[in-house]
Amino acid sequence: MTTEGTAPRAAGDWPLYEVFVRGKRGLNHVHVGSLHAADDTMALRSARDVYTRRNEGVSIWVVRSDLITASSPEEKDPMFAPSGDKVYRHPTFYTIPADVPHM
Amino acid sequence: MTTHDPAGDQESVYAGLLGDTDASHWAFGTGFDDPLAGVDTAVPDGVDRADLAAYCLMLGDDALVLAQRLAEWCSRAPELEEDVTLANIALDLLGQARPLLARAAQADPGAVPALPPGSPAPPEDALAFFRDEPGFRNVRLVETANGDFARSTVRLLLFAVWRLALLERLRDSRDPVLAAVAAKGVKEVAYHRDHAARWTVVLARGTEESARRVRAALEAVWPYHDELFQSHPVERRVAAAGVGPAPEDLRAPCAAVLGEVWAAAGLAPPEVPGLARVGGRAGRDGVHTEELGRLLAEMQSVARAHPLGSW
Repeated sequence: MTTEGTAPRAAGDWPLYEVFVRGKRGLNHVHVGSLHAADDTMALRSARDVYTRRNEGVSIWVVRSDLITASSPEEKDPMFAPSGDKVYRHPTFYTIPADVPHM
Repeated sequence: MTTHDPAGDQESVYAGLLGDTDASHWAFGTGFDDPLAGVDTAVPDGVDRADLAAYCLMLGDDALVLAQRLAEWCSRAPELEEDVTLANIALDLLGQARPLLARAAQADPGAVPALPPGSPAPPEDALAFFRDEPGFRNVRLVETANGDFARSTVRLLLFAVWRLALLERLRDSRDPVLAAVAAKGVKEVAYHRDHAARWTVVLARGTEESARRVRAALEAVWPYHDELFQSHPVERRVAAAGVGPAPEDLRAPCAAVLGEVWAAAGLAPPEVPGLARVGGRAGRDGVHTEELGRLLAEMQSVARAHPLGSW
């Protein structure tokens, strides 16, 4: 099921939500999956029931899938290929002189 | 020099989530607690062992039988998400039933059905799967058939409101095992109560059809409600011993909570008498509706067919 923007949905057709969970030892919320719910509150509670059953989570975010703006697979190359050869953007590219302190 | 593999990183988003060697920090939860860890399991002085066992059977059977009813929703709930939710609630209740039945067996080993020599079933399994219907001490509310989703929701609401009020008081039980079970259960049943209350309001304030169904559900389930607050002699004695709350003391707190739900939902419980007792006896005495027999037949059939089975 996909909906375009805020296009009206058929009656009984619950919108899709994306679920993000922060684990006990994780610093950031990670996308874990999606679900259908009638409203934001139901989405949050269903996310608790579907995605934190194995004692994974300490915090949940949910967001309507149609509110996410995503990059398209077709533009993968222009979006991401240019960074593919710029290894010097990694700090590990540089050799740190032995006499530089506090590194 | 190469310190990472750009092609590999981009092809799988999961590669970055899960380390090569140890996925346990993310894929599975950690730090599971044993609610009975460090709890003194000696029966406290002045507590009658047979009464304690009977009381644990009452509270354990309530949870066990409703867990079985909720498990019947597996693959049949109106939404996939709700399917998982009902299974979660069932497993919470099953998790409460197990230590309660084990406590009953420990307090009164004579209450445990005898199994064939060599059976590996622990005492709580023997109680769950090899006891006959008159041995079950649950209230009749939990054994009623599921009906539609509205009826199961209203049944869960009445049960969870009562069970939460009970567990909150049971945390102060003189029996340390009951207190530990209650301390864990309060958090679980608080969610069950909230879940059922929200759905009751949603259905009542939803479509004409959902409102009709939830009103019919309340009509059907309400006669079973009063039994929750009728004291069995065992409950009176354990209350006097400081082991559990007196059932009638839960009546007012439960009515207050339900009143809030009825107001939010625009519902009113029907003016009908409670389900009659049979010769003065009801679920706590082992007198049940015919629906419990069918439930037990399904729940117990596999274990009884293989009494030496190992699960």
